[in-house]
Amino acid sequence: MSESLQKNKLLVTAIKDGTVIDHITAAHALKIIRLLNLADHNKRVTVGLNLPSKTMGLKDLIKVEGRELTEEEIKRVAILAPEATINIIKNYQIAKKFHAEIPDVIEYVVVCPNPICITNNENMDSKFIVKKEKNNIKLKCWYCEKTFPQEEIRDYKNN
Amino acid sequence: MNFTNRDIIGISELTKTEILHILKIAKSLKQKPQPKILEHKVMGSCFFEPSTRTRLSFETAMERLGGKVVGFADPGVTSAKKGESLFDAIKIIGQYVDVIAMRHPIEGAARRAAEATDKPILNGGDGANQHPTQTLLDLFTIQECQKKLEGLSIALVGDLKYGRTTHSLAQALAHFNAKLYFVAPDSLQMPGYICDELKNNNIKFSIHQKIEEVINKVDIFYMTRIQGERFADPMEYERVKNVFVLNAKMLEKAKPNLKVMHPLPRVNEITTSVDKTPHAYYFEQAENGLYVREALLGLVLGKL
Ligand SMILES: Nc1ncnc2c1ncn2[C@@H]1O[C@H](COP(=O)(O)OP(=O)(O)OP(=O)(O)O)[C@@H](O)[C@H]1O
Ligand SMILES: [Mg+2]
Ligand SMILES: [Zn+2]
Repeated sequence: MSESLQKNKLLVTAIKDGTVIDHITAAHALKIIRLLNLADHNKRVTVGLNLPSKTMGLKDLIKVEGRELTEEEIKRVAILAPEATINIIKNYQIAKKFHAEIPDVIEYVVVCPNPICITNNENMDSKFIVKKEKNNIKLKCWYCEKTFPQEEIRDYKNN
Repeated sequence: MNFTNRDIIGISELTKTEILHILKIAKSLKQKPQPKILEHKVMGSCFFEPSTRTRLSFETAMERLGGKVVGFADPGVTSAKKGESLFDAIKIIGQYVDVIAMRHPIEGAARRAAEATDKPILNGGDGANQHPTQTLLDLFTIQECQKKLEGLSIALVGDLKYGRTTHSLAQALAHFNAKLYFVAPDSLQMPGYICDELKNNNIKFSIHQKIEEVINKVDIFYMTRIQGERFADPMEYERVKNVFVLNAKMLEKAKPNLKVMHPLPRVNEITTSVDKTPHAYYFEQAENGLYVREALLGLVLGKL
């Protein structure tokens, strides 16, 4: 433990095969783990919270051993942490590195922050239109038509 | 342009050409009633929230075109009270009727209802979200009393922050190159996102705190009510309450063509002294709701 902490790069133990989700917007790693059920197996998952980052100030990071995220899961990561980088590790090496791309339409996952929105008053899926402006992302609720900056989304549903 | 079976949920879904078409049909219905075109058609009048004007004008519009109306004016009588979802309720009602006019207190309810049925939904207000027939009747009224829609000077007055009526109207007027004057207490001014939208559309607008600053300049003075519950500080409300009142004396130097509009009900923000002036046009405006709703019913049912 103390040895790995000294190494800035491999902050936690190296994994042989799996996924490293890097550059997660600070405070979002635990939400991602919960939403994707990343800890729902007996493989090792290591999490770094509030790590210093040159580009982001602070970031979170998740390493999942023995699991390659599906496309669907990567989309969900992007919804919570649009700046995330996905690193697929094969045999200790980075086999693939890419950015999670937020979809143009999000049909689940996000809970509308408007309490008098129909999506919060009826058993139904939410739906948001994603508006990408320079470096901020806004979500417009398909139903109540309110627009929210990404940071204002507080709740996510696992559906 | 095909309106058959279309849902009318929000004004922004209608193009300028479509809006003008609806207004043209409404005008022809005002001039020449069509008491038979919707014979054997049934409208479901689903008011999950009380409303008199909107409901009665939808219902009379249907009857005046020869159609029939079923429905409810109070959700207490429906199974919504027993916990039935809006989706199920509308799905079932949609099996009985040909078109549904609805009002609901929850935002996005009309859009949700449209997903539950193939029958066209006419949104008569979903909480603070959309109320497109109000905007259409406002546009119809402006066109009627000014003989045109393009290039008018229009003051929107009162609660511009929370009032969906003025939001939708401002957005719709962006099609018609209006010059807009927003008159409201600072704390109730037009929201930034609407102002940004107008800027993007190159619409000129200016911000004012007093009726006197604009009353002699405009063609349309659109008044809305300021509600006490919008103010955290009751003193602020007391102060503002008396500033945002229009009386006949204030109209002495107005342009001769100026018309005063109001979505109604008014309380005391337009004194009854205004009613007798040639500028009052809010009762005509309310009447026009009938023709606009007739036009929409005829159009979405494919009969106009
Ligand atoms: N075998 C491995 N086991 C666990 N973590 C790894 C492994 N290989 C790389 N990582 C982690 O994956 C992330 C990306 O590694 P990389 O070497 O590409 O760093 P980088 O150059 O900082 O990348 P970036 O430009 O994306 O910030 C880092 O957080 C690194 O610690
Ligand atoms: Mg790095
Ligand atoms: Zn919503």
